[in-house]
Amino acid sequence: MTCKTGDTVVLARGLIKRFGDFEAVRGINFEVRGGECFGLLGPNGAGKTSVVRMIYGFSPVTSGRLEVFGEDIGVKARSVKARIGVVSQEDNLDPELSVMENLLVYAGYFRINRDLAGERSREILEFMDLADKAGHVVESLSGGQKRRLTIGRALINRPDLMLLDEPTTGLDPYARHLVWQRLRKLKESGTTMILTTHYLEEASQLCDRLVIMNRGEVLEEGSPEELISRHVGREALELGSGAGLDQYLLEGMGELVKASRVLGEDLVIFTERGRELDRRISERAAELGIEIRRRGIRPANLEDVFLKLTGETLKGGREFTGGGSCD
Amino acid sequence: MIRGRQLPGGLTAGTDLCLPLALKVFYRNLLVFKKTWKANIMFNFVEPVLYLWAMGFGLGVYVSRINGLPYIDFLAPALIASSSMFSTTYEMTYDSFTRMAYKKTFHGMVATPVSLDDVVAGELLYGTFKGVLYGTVFLAVVAMFGLVKSPWALLVPLPLALMAMAFSILSMIWTSIAPNYDSFGYFFTLIITPMFLFSGVFFPVENLPPGVRLIPWFTPLYHAVEVIRSLVLGQVTRSLLADLAWLAIFILLTVRIPMVTVRKRLVQ
Ligand SMILES: Nc1ncnc2c1ncn2[C@@H]1O[C@H](COP(=O)(O)OP(=O)(O)O)[C@@H](O)[C@H]1O
Ligand SMILES: [Mg+2]
Repeated sequence: MTCKTGDTVVLARGLIKRFGDFEAVRGINFEVRGGECFGLLGPNGAGKTSVVRMIYGFSPVTSGRLEVFGEDIGVKARSVKARIGVVSQEDNLDPELSVMENLLVYAGYFRINRDLAGERSREILEFMDLADKAGHVVESLSGGQKRRLTIGRALINRPDLMLLDEPTTGLDPYARHLVWQRLRKLKESGTTMILTTHYLEEASQLCDRLVIMNRGEVLEEGSPEELISRHVGREALELGSGAGLDQYLLEGMGELVKASRVLGEDLVIFTERGRELDRRISERAAELGIEIRRRGIRPANLEDVFLKLTGETLKGGREFTGGGSCD
Repeated sequence: MIRGRQLPGGLTAGTDLCLPLALKVFYRNLLVFKKTWKANIMFNFVEPVLYLWAMGFGLGVYVSRINGLPYIDFLAPALIASSSMFSTTYEMTYDSFTRMAYKKTFHGMVATPVSLDDVVAGELLYGTFKGVLYGTVFLAVVAMFGLVKSPWALLVPLPLALMAMAFSILSMIWTSIAPNYDSFGYFFTLIITPMFLFSGVFFPVENLPPGVRLIPWFTPLYHAVEVIRSLVLGQVTRSLLADLAWLAIFILLTVRIPMVTVRKRLVQ
């Protein structure tokens, strides 16, 4: 039953979700293809969970079109859900039951027979590195182990599509890396995934393509590399001076500067050629008699794309001020 | 896929119900119950003993015969019903609320082919199961005290099941609209406790003032008490069929309500 690579698995056209008067998802479009890991990247409140809940039919679509495996989830809920694995943002394991029982009970909801369920559960525990915890009560697991179990539980029906809503939020860096490893393996095995996150690192490590969401809207779409090179170039040059750096430091730099943002007293400049830009700026600063106290070149990332598009950080809040973008 | 309309009696017409999946939900609760059932049943065994001692042998000394019976003979069968009612209502209020609002168990289930109606149906079945189990344990204690007078008592689980289902439904409706745990205090104070006191458990409803004498007839507990008392005492008459029918009709008329109200609460 697996989807062929490249087939459309989820299609959203003009998708809207309203809660009363509040529009949480404001007419978005996207398409997820078989075999890819598709990301919804955006800060809290962007509408990611609302989208995910519509995909597995928990939350009704207010208007617009949403097809999952070519079907309307509102009409074919059971057969569509039988092919999906959901890892929801909040934990909903059965805390009183053992790790193994959690998997077996969940298998029952898919009407998988006992033998097969047992066999798959053991495989899943092995894969999720939880085999030695099979008999433990879920309450006794760490946060990272619970998350891995939740992901494993979503695999019990061998889903054609996995929905992962902020799978590593709240985990420490080590636990997060363990989860990423597993997800990467799943991806390699060809599982189609939709992953929501507000961690740029997670999105760039795992997603083949993603949409950047903010306040219910899709701002951009593409692969992480595409988005970065389209909007901010390869590198970010960060300059600091006690006095506050000015845009006119950048005059005459032409194509070298793809975009720039003022962050407090710092200036962040996005460019394809960091070293050259750095040298030219130093010369100009010397001419103008401006002292640059700190300087650093780092690879540009998705966070920079989000900043450039919204003037806000992914963690929410307007850390960038006066954002004079000059592209 | 088994749809509602294939089930008998139009009981669930217009719902999205698949009985095998509802049974999986029931089974999940049963599995959790099995972890603690020994302690639970033990307490459940102790409680009726205490009740029978205090109410029957203690209070009974001061109460003259009721309807020609020693007070304990009158009281004990009714306590079977009320004990069953309490176990069902506690399960379907505090415990269901915990599953729904805190553990997000319902959310986890409906991410699978299970529908929300299946979840509610599974919960109702489980509430019914608990009521029947605890009522039957109470019956066993009553029998140990030598208070069972007739083999008709073997039929007690039937009225227990109908009554427990009725209370599962009522409790589930309240749970689905309850903002928090505190609100269950109102449910017990305003609905369950008055039923316990005035539905013929402790004294015949004929003793109520004329104006309110009819009120118990509208409660599930009253009808269950009538049937169970008659079975235990071996005073079986045709009128019991009317009580059973009352309970069955109550279930038929109300069973869809919690499915609607739970949906309303969870699906946004
Ligand atoms: N049930 C609801 N009722 C009202 N508003 C809601 C509800 N669920 C989400 N929202 C609002 O919709 C917006 C998007 O929420 P959500 O989809 O959870 O975002 P994200 O998952 O990206 O953090 C938020 O402003 C949130 O407050
Ligand atoms: Mg969310």
